[in-house]
Amino acid sequence: MTVQEKPVSDIPIPDEMQPNVFVTTLDKIYNWSRRSSCWPMMFGLACCAIEMICTAASRYDLSRFGMEVMRPSARQADLMIVSGTVTKKMVPQIVRLYNQMPEPKYVLSMGACASGGGPFKEGYNVVSGIDKYIPVDVYVPGCPPTPQALLHGLMTLQKKIDGQSILTVPWYRSGPSEPVPVPILGPDIIDPRQAPLLRKLAAQAAQPVPVETKE
Amino acid sequence: MAIAPAATEVNLETQFPGAVTADTRKNYSGYLVTPDKLVEVAQTLRDQAGYVYLSSATAVDYFEEGKLEMVYHLYRMEGGPALVLKSQTARDQAVLPSLVSVFPGADFQEREAWDLYGIRFTGHPNLKRILMWEGFAGHPMRKDWKEAYYEEEGKPFEKRWPEGNVYRAEQNNPFGHNVTYPAGFTVEGWTPEADKALYAGMEKVPETDDSIKTDQIVVNLGPQHPSTHGVFRMVVTLDGETIVELQPVMGYLHRNHEKIGERNTYIMNMPFTDRLDYISSMSNNLGYAITVEKLMGIKPPERAEYIRVMMAELTRITNHLWAIGFLLNDLGAFFTPALYAIEERELILDIFEATAGSRMMCNYLRFGGVARDLPAGMLELARELVFERLPRKIDELDAYLTENEIIRSRCIGVGVLTSEDAIAYSMAGPVLRASGVPYDVRRAEPYSIYDRLDFNVAVRYNGDVYDRYLIRIDEIRESLKILQQVIRDMPGGEIQTGKPQYQVRVPAGESYGRVENPKGELGYYVVSNGKPNPYRYHIRAPSFINLTALGKMCQGHKVADVVVILGSIDIVLGETDR
Repeated sequence: MTVQEKPVSDIPIPDEMQPNVFVTTLDKIYNWSRRSSCWPMMFGLACCAIEMICTAASRYDLSRFGMEVMRPSARQADLMIVSGTVTKKMVPQIVRLYNQMPEPKYVLSMGACASGGGPFKEGYNVVSGIDKYIPVDVYVPGCPPTPQALLHGLMTLQKKIDGQSILTVPWYRSGPSEPVPVPILGPDIIDPRQAPLLRKLAAQAAQPVPVETKE
Repeated sequence: MAIAPAATEVNLETQFPGAVTADTRKNYSGYLVTPDKLVEVAQTLRDQAGYVYLSSATAVDYFEEGKLEMVYHLYRMEGGPALVLKSQTARDQAVLPSLVSVFPGADFQEREAWDLYGIRFTGHPNLKRILMWEGFAGHPMRKDWKEAYYEEEGKPFEKRWPEGNVYRAEQNNPFGHNVTYPAGFTVEGWTPEADKALYAGMEKVPETDDSIKTDQIVVNLGPQHPSTHGVFRMVVTLDGETIVELQPVMGYLHRNHEKIGERNTYIMNMPFTDRLDYISSMSNNLGYAITVEKLMGIKPPERAEYIRVMMAELTRITNHLWAIGFLLNDLGAFFTPALYAIEERELILDIFEATAGSRMMCNYLRFGGVARDLPAGMLELARELVFERLPRKIDELDAYLTENEIIRSRCIGVGVLTSEDAIAYSMAGPVLRASGVPYDVRRAEPYSIYDRLDFNVAVRYNGDVYDRYLIRIDEIRESLKILQQVIRDMPGGEIQTGKPQYQVRVPAGESYGRVENPKGELGYYVVSNGKPNPYRYHIRAPSFINLTALGKMCQGHKVADVVVILGSIDIVLGETDR
């Protein structure tokens, strides 16, 4: 916020108070404070986590953005940086962590693996992108993204925060927000939201072999 | 020192007539042992012939012959080549005797073979899945197991190349996800196995006597925990603050390196090796390049060898700096010491970025050379770093940390591993050498130009966390010594033998190559059948095997020490889980 930003003209401010009072919108001050203290969760998955640490270290210095306070607990974090390959074995924990984060919460998908599976996409234990399970705000390309790319991603997130308004953000709507259903580790990963599809496919295929996708 | 006295040669074929036969397949080596004599043969080799160190144990699926084969690589602590044992079993009834009683270091490796290949090891104390979860359908590394996004046996996929058909793999999967459900599966009919089997062994009934009664509790550290160096999980049974039992649980970053590696062509695997131990990608490249070069029978030119060693030793410095910085993190000195370490690491990463084009995932080595020559001015930059700056900075780090009161009292005598245990558990790298075993692949079985370089194998004798810290400082100094020689003597000339090829021709056979990675002995076991893709591609990951002794090292210590002991082993999950 700068002094140049115009005060709303119909609010009367006494002359002697002019240099001391700023008039702005609630959204602006609210977004400004949130964008400048977006605490990421201390949560590293794979290679990208190393670059995330380097971003937080002296050369790239994440604290310029008010984001250096990495919180090991999901309860204190605003931003989840999904930094690395999401595996089927790990995704229930990631979804659980996401559910534990208080709103407003943001997800930054760092690198090719988190965004879409990356080089490991074809692997039998690899989820092709964290967005299959939780909503993602910013995708950062790269394998791994350089610290500069991550910083750009964070600045993009700040832009997104700037554009939000208290009137429309989901976390001020009435009623609690729904947690994302936690995937179950079955014979393969089970997304509970897919149960109807699974049932339909099972019904389509003739009994007693409901779903046969293996060759 | 735990070197077996006066190791004698044992003629296995005469000592075990009928049970041991030499492996006569073309380009194969070692002995085929019948399963019933396997334990006996291993015991004889260990006790009489001095083969005390089980480096690698892995399975190969010979699908056409209907056989699963376990391959064991045994070494002597005095150095020298491997003795390879193999034992075969039928695919449909895969049972082999467990070697854990002879080599405790086989523990995790046999569990991996059970998990991925479905070989049941009789006599294994804890035969559970290790990388996948309990309840997962099938044993995924078997040749007839197809993943959800399966397209063809080997790349390049004919469906996509060279016409350039582009489609998303999701389109071929009925769920759009990377998922296959076995036949007859319903969501309602499924009860997750979860960790029942894991906890069952750990929840102990506390001993009741007349003293104050305490309850033992089972606590999970991880997989989301700031001090587990990634997505690693430890399940501990606690008596108050004291560790009664600790079980490592891994696989949270199991990204199917080996399965993907068998679909890839040989050269395609090079960038994947970067992502194993992602702190030290250059030396991973080196291990893989050496293994395949052995099979191809080529050697890189002199300049390429020097560049390779230079990169490998720079990598060792970055890794050890990182390890020391984060050990201090684990001790509670949050991030400030690490910042000093990362500052130097960044300077080395600059060299990597200028040379290979990437800070971390260098993908720099090629079979028979390196991808491109050093850029102009690079040697001067490296010279300044290696001769001037780094020695000074290491001394500074040493001065700040080594005699620090807190570090000494937190580290000395914590997590002790005796030299006998270190060998038995197949520990490698700084952990092995800190326990008083001067075993370094660079000296024991020299590769590249290490036989011509002057350096000492760092060794310390107490086997505790403090010695593991000191040995990393020692090794950085030795690496600087090597680097100074390499930069001084860097020859000119070619950097690649022959023309660079995108599709190398690899003759049929097997090859086991190993290098001394910063974290320990990194081995690659590659089986070729003459096709463009490796038939079997296995990585002997030091981080993975070094964890075998974690439970033993932690017993009796406090919870806060577990974090430090884990930090002193220096694991990377990309390599542990592959």
